[in-house]
Amino acid sequence: MNGKIHSIETLAGLDGPGLRCVIFLQGCPLRCAYCHNPDTWDTSSGTTYELPEVIKRILKCQPYFNKNGGVTFSGGEPFAQPEFLLELLKSCKINNIHTAVDTSGYFLDDTVKECLKYTDLVILDIKHNEENAYKKLTGKPLKNTLEFLKYVSQQNILLWLRQVIIPGINDSPEHIKEFAGLIKTYSKPQKVELLPYHTMGIKKWEELKLKYTLMNVKDADIEMVSTLQKLLNNFLQQDRP
Amino acid sequence: MNNNAWRSFIPGVWQETIDLRNFVQKNYKPYTGDETFLKQSTQRTKKLFKKLQGLASLEREMGGVLDIDTSTVSSLTTYPAGYLDKENEIIVGLQTARPLKRSVNPFGGIKMARKACESYGYKLDPKIEEFFSYRTTHNEGVYRVYTDEMKKAKKCGVITGLPDAYGRGRIIGDYRRVPLYGVDELIKQKINDKVKLSKEDMNEETICLTEELYRQVDFLKKLKEMATMYGIDISAPATNAKEAVQWLYFAYLGAIKEQNGAAMSLGRVGTFLDIYFERDLAEGTLTEEGVQEIIDDFVIKLRMARQLRTPEYNELFAGDPLWITESVGGMSLDGRTLVTKTSYRFLQTLYNLEPAPEPNLTVLWSEKLPEPFKFFCSKVSIETNSIQYENDDLMRPDFGDDYAIACCVSAMKIGKQMQFFGARCNLPKMLLLALNGGKDELTGEQIGPEMKPITDDTLNYDEVVKRYNFYRDWLCKLYVNTMNVIHYMHDKYAYEKLQMALHDTKVGRFMAFGVAGLSVVSDSLSAVKYAKVKPLRDKNGLIYNYQVEGDFPKFGNDDEKVDDLAIDLIKDFMASLKKTPAYRNSVHTLSILTITSNVVYGKKTGATPDGRKSGEPFAPGANPMHNRDESGAIASLNSVAKLPYDCCKDGISCTFSVTPSVIGKSLNEQIQNLSSLLDGYFKNNSHHLNVNVLTKETLEDAIANPQKYPFLTIRVSGYAVNFHTLKPEQQNEVIKRTFHKSI
Repeated sequence: MNGKIHSIETLAGLDGPGLRCVIFLQGCPLRCAYCHNPDTWDTSSGTTYELPEVIKRILKCQPYFNKNGGVTFSGGEPFAQPEFLLELLKSCKINNIHTAVDTSGYFLDDTVKECLKYTDLVILDIKHNEENAYKKLTGKPLKNTLEFLKYVSQQNILLWLRQVIIPGINDSPEHIKEFAGLIKTYSKPQKVELLPYHTMGIKKWEELKLKYTLMNVKDADIEMVSTLQKLLNNFLQQDRP
Repeated sequence: MNNNAWRSFIPGVWQETIDLRNFVQKNYKPYTGDETFLKQSTQRTKKLFKKLQGLASLEREMGGVLDIDTSTVSSLTTYPAGYLDKENEIIVGLQTARPLKRSVNPFGGIKMARKACESYGYKLDPKIEEFFSYRTTHNEGVYRVYTDEMKKAKKCGVITGLPDAYGRGRIIGDYRRVPLYGVDELIKQKINDKVKLSKEDMNEETICLTEELYRQVDFLKKLKEMATMYGIDISAPATNAKEAVQWLYFAYLGAIKEQNGAAMSLGRVGTFLDIYFERDLAEGTLTEEGVQEIIDDFVIKLRMARQLRTPEYNELFAGDPLWITESVGGMSLDGRTLVTKTSYRFLQTLYNLEPAPEPNLTVLWSEKLPEPFKFFCSKVSIETNSIQYENDDLMRPDFGDDYAIACCVSAMKIGKQMQFFGARCNLPKMLLLALNGGKDELTGEQIGPEMKPITDDTLNYDEVVKRYNFYRDWLCKLYVNTMNVIHYMHDKYAYEKLQMALHDTKVGRFMAFGVAGLSVVSDSLSAVKYAKVKPLRDKNGLIYNYQVEGDFPKFGNDDEKVDDLAIDLIKDFMASLKKTPAYRNSVHTLSILTITSNVVYGKKTGATPDGRKSGEPFAPGANPMHNRDESGAIASLNSVAKLPYDCCKDGISCTFSVTPSVIGKSLNEQIQNLSSLLDGYFKNNSHHLNVNVLTKETLEDAIANPQKYPFLTIRVSGYAVNFHTLKPEQQNEVIKRTFHKSI
């Protein structure tokens, strides 16, 4: 069995708990306007890795995982290669390694469901709360992501939610309130993170000769995002049973 | 007679014979709690520290040296008592009569002392010049014996950093012996040893040792005299914690007055002193604030230690270091941790007295260290970049639980082992010599045995290895012999009387060799093996550069293809060294350590087959070459971890820089993750790690706006420096180093 991998980061402290090895899988159905890794979209590029090679790379990082670290499968969209991902996840669990999948929640077929059995943490990126805006921002419907969110919640899989805050698009307090409402309707995440939009990805778009539509949008102000984060936390705490 | 001084200590063999380990093991109290008990500095400490800061900034303005006493030869009793602030100091004693005033110490070499004076606008007193015209220095002794071949190898820089003109250092006196036993008892024991020795045959070895014992006793007496000049009698044991610190500091002070050794390390005094602090706290004569005040004061004294050195020396080892290394933490053989509250208190000085390079705080890391201590160390690393880590689990089996680190990475049992410091061999230069048939690639001068130069258009791996091995064996023999000359003469003309008086009489000796540029040579051999390397020759047939076609595996990517080459390079080098016996039956050891000298060594080395340009710095220590470790931080660390400690027991240094954001969002996450990183790295049997948690941008900003970062301390190979004391080219080299960050 083999699969397409964009890159492997052997030491990361942001994509899940503890120190993590992050496997960026190649290929993504979404076309997010602010994507900072557009080079992970195309399913035909990336490097083909045999399964044992990836496992070997992961095991070399294992001494660093300690009690809470592990592997995060990111992308691209990791569920775009569900068979390959399934084998990777199984191998991690055999070796007693914590697994996280960083996804947009677009796919939810039987293989994806099988994958989730071996996933300790789902990090779900909800790009926007509103159907039209979501479609405009990503090129795909929000419906899939909500279905995925529901399923993960029903299965009681540990969940972190994320949303990138883009100035002028989703940075109003009303929007944050709406996001809180959506979260509470569908799920009980352990953690919700708002991430500030940054323009560092633009270079890659230019290299790929792609047109960047958010050219006039500046980096999100970090202070502003942390204020919104507090606001969101307040909304989420309200009328919790 | 020691009833009062030793009151409430648990008895043991330490009372019958000098046995510090036994004393510590019987009496220390492991601490497994967190840092919340720590106190900030008192007003008194703040005032005193401010005074030192004033002097230190004046020193910087004056170009690095505040003042030199050019008319007195440094020794234990040649200066009257000196003070930073007599009324307010708790611990007293200066190297000269005035704070930060440097002394001259010509025993290593009069030329070096003269040159150092002149380069700061001073002139050595003619009386000293005259005196040393009748007395042989270490340096003169060495040059009487150096062969032409040794001189050539030194001049071209293939063996380099040789301690032939200054004190060799890397010897740790067991300074704890002075407070525990008092000097009189130490003298008595040495005289007993001398009597015992008199029963043996008077061969060269016995005669030599007998004379050394005479000189040791002489200097123990001088140590007492030095203390008396401060109105303090250290003939009997210390009776409380303040005295213990004072006695111990006097012993250390005596050592640095006598010797301008390259590295004058302190040992492992924290846990020892903790026993005294605990007793005073229990007796109600000290408070936690008072304890911290004594430690702070002691550290202020250590930060005032200076030696007079030439600008060339500073180019090699930037930042005016003394490597006052204090080993902190670790585990006992019985499984208890050696972390005590005083381990925390020493680290706390980096907050109370700002981050600083000295003392060189070295945490002996074990997987079994108490978690709160691991977290505190990580926090200190993130916030100060001032500490280094070494693998206690790896060293304990060899060195037990009463060893300390000398200099950067050299472990030795305190008071039982010493080393003959052996500088290092420039491996890339050696490879270039081999390819050029023994000629220096920069000058064309014949350095080694003559051989026909390689004439192939494309370098053939087997041929390169064959030549490399031939020149390695030649150089290793020359290297050991050169060391033998240096240390014979050092023993003869600049013997460390006081430091050796604080060792057992029959001491274990290492001869510590070193290599620089390991990753350059590994990558070069990998290039020859896996890519096409074409030598470019000048009109005389000398190879001055290389054209590399195709890619090749590079050290630092956890790739066996090249990592195995590095392992073999080290193993074979060690095996080759061992073929030549070392002076005084010392045991050959090896380190992979450059400190900041990787810049100068690179400067003296032509282009290498890995694509490194002529003059470009090597990577420091055992690090992969800058930015060639492309597979992430762990892959990079894993490559270093594979280097076999078994043949590098003098240490394998790795410097690691990571941006704060890559190891976590909040400080708490960063602390936990850094601690996991250290656990992971050391679990893989690696030896040493310098940790810098900062961004490239911070360093760039610090160059542009130095006033914004007066205390910016960073770890370089094996020790820390204040960033501003680095030369611009060294600053740039640090910035060029791989910063691990994800994008």
